[in-house]
Amino acid sequence: MQARKRIMQTALAIAIGGVLIAPAQIWSMDAEDAPESVTIDSLVNLYTGVEFDHAMHVDYASCQECHHHTTGGEVVNPNCARCHSTSGEADEVTCTGCHATDRFNETYIRTLEAPELYHIDKPGLKGAYHLNCISCHETTSGPTGCQDCHTMTDAGEKMFYTGKYSPAKGHSAPGH
Amino acid sequence: MKKTVSRRNFLKGGLAGTAAVAVIQNKEAHAAQSFEGYPEGMGVLVDLTRCIGCRSCEAACNKEQELPEPAKPFDDYSVFDEIKHGQKRRTDETAYTVVNRYDVPNLDHPLFRKIQCNHCQEPACLTSCFVNAYTKTPEGAVIYNSKVCVGCRTCMIACPFYIPTFKYSSAFDPRIMKCVFCYDTRLKDGKPPACVEACPQEALTFGRRNDLINMGRQRIRETPGKYVEHIYGEKEVGGTAWMYISSVPFDQVGFDTHVPKEPILNSVKDFLAIVPMVLTIWPGLFVGFHLLATRKEKIKEQEKEDKEGQV
Repeated sequence: MQARKRIMQTALAIAIGGVLIAPAQIWSMDAEDAPESVTIDSLVNLYTGVEFDHAMHVDYASCQECHHHTTGGEVVNPNCARCHSTSGEADEVTCTGCHATDRFNETYIRTLEAPELYHIDKPGLKGAYHLNCISCHETTSGPTGCQDCHTMTDAGEKMFYTGKYSPAKGHSAPGH
Repeated sequence: MKKTVSRRNFLKGGLAGTAAVAVIQNKEAHAAQSFEGYPEGMGVLVDLTRCIGCRSCEAACNKEQELPEPAKPFDDYSVFDEIKHGQKRRTDETAYTVVNRYDVPNLDHPLFRKIQCNHCQEPACLTSCFVNAYTKTPEGAVIYNSKVCVGCRTCMIACPFYIPTFKYSSAFDPRIMKCVFCYDTRLKDGKPPACVEACPQEALTFGRRNDLINMGRQRIRETPGKYVEHIYGEKEVGGTAWMYISSVPFDQVGFDTHVPKEPILNSVKDFLAIVPMVLTIWPGLFVGFHLLATRKEKIKEQEKEDKEGQV
């Protein structure tokens, strides 16, 4: 009995000690925590949705390159590190958690009044995707054309006067 | 002897009066000069480093403003090679906004620049219009009323950015075609214009003009070496609601860097201030001169008549 109790106590001590002395990095997320793929379909009225292969992209980029300071890893961007070098893993790591789908709504624009606010220029969801994806794709020779990632829907073709809505050949705009 | 106003004194008085009016008018001109735009005015910050030339803004504008079918699809990028009269594409009666490509020397990728009405704080089109067809709204838009327009096209000459265009296809029902910041359909309800909403890269950032200047400065400050240290439109022609930031000097991407830093109005204000003075004071003044000049002759005539009467 005595021996068993001692073993239990030691195990408990090791467990608690482990928790106490563990470096912050242990608590950062890693690729295994992430979903295999993410459906991106906020532009679905003009373009078909994109099935974003998260598992594949993990091999190309570190977490921070897309998730900035929210996944708890070492913050690389010096502008983020000024405040977030020790903020650890955030409650919200999804894109939509921070980047609004309607970036330019009146309420949001009002919030920019706060004088202490640093994030006065946070892109909306669409901007965040494209700015991040395209700039990286350009250097890694990933797809950069609009329809390389998402094909146009019928409504999209109509708006762009393309596909079956293409202007007739020989037609020219009126004017002088 | 009865004291009369001598011709010399009358002239002196007249000149003093003219000068006084000119001074007063100038004071008013100075008061107008300090107008810094509506405090809640909205604007758009265009970041040339973000634009990828997808022309989504052009397509969205066409749809929103119900403009005619374009000559080429909006995903046809051969339009960037079009040169008309030695110039890149410009806004016309079928397009309130166009994107042009600029191949900058020593840069490994092209830059794209969207043009549209810049919605000046003190618009030259507005001040040049003698029927007041233009209005600068508190929301920041420069809008146009075709009902009062007489089709004189002075605004097209006045605009420092060559933006307003004339609908030549309906010359007898004059209509100027230009970007109105989607005022009727969006801006007045607090919504961003259609082009901004369509931009995938957020190369167009909509917000209050004052906030946008701060955003522009933050981008320039926090990404050293990425931008030239200038926000085009912050000061140009007295400030515009649409402003630009760029990675290369602005004259390399088609901007007119020689526009004055004060409203176009200031160049003509002194002259325009004289117009009411000429119309109100000069008639009386010159009638006075005329009467004075002909007084002696009249007196002589009178004396002659009196003499003849006596004889």
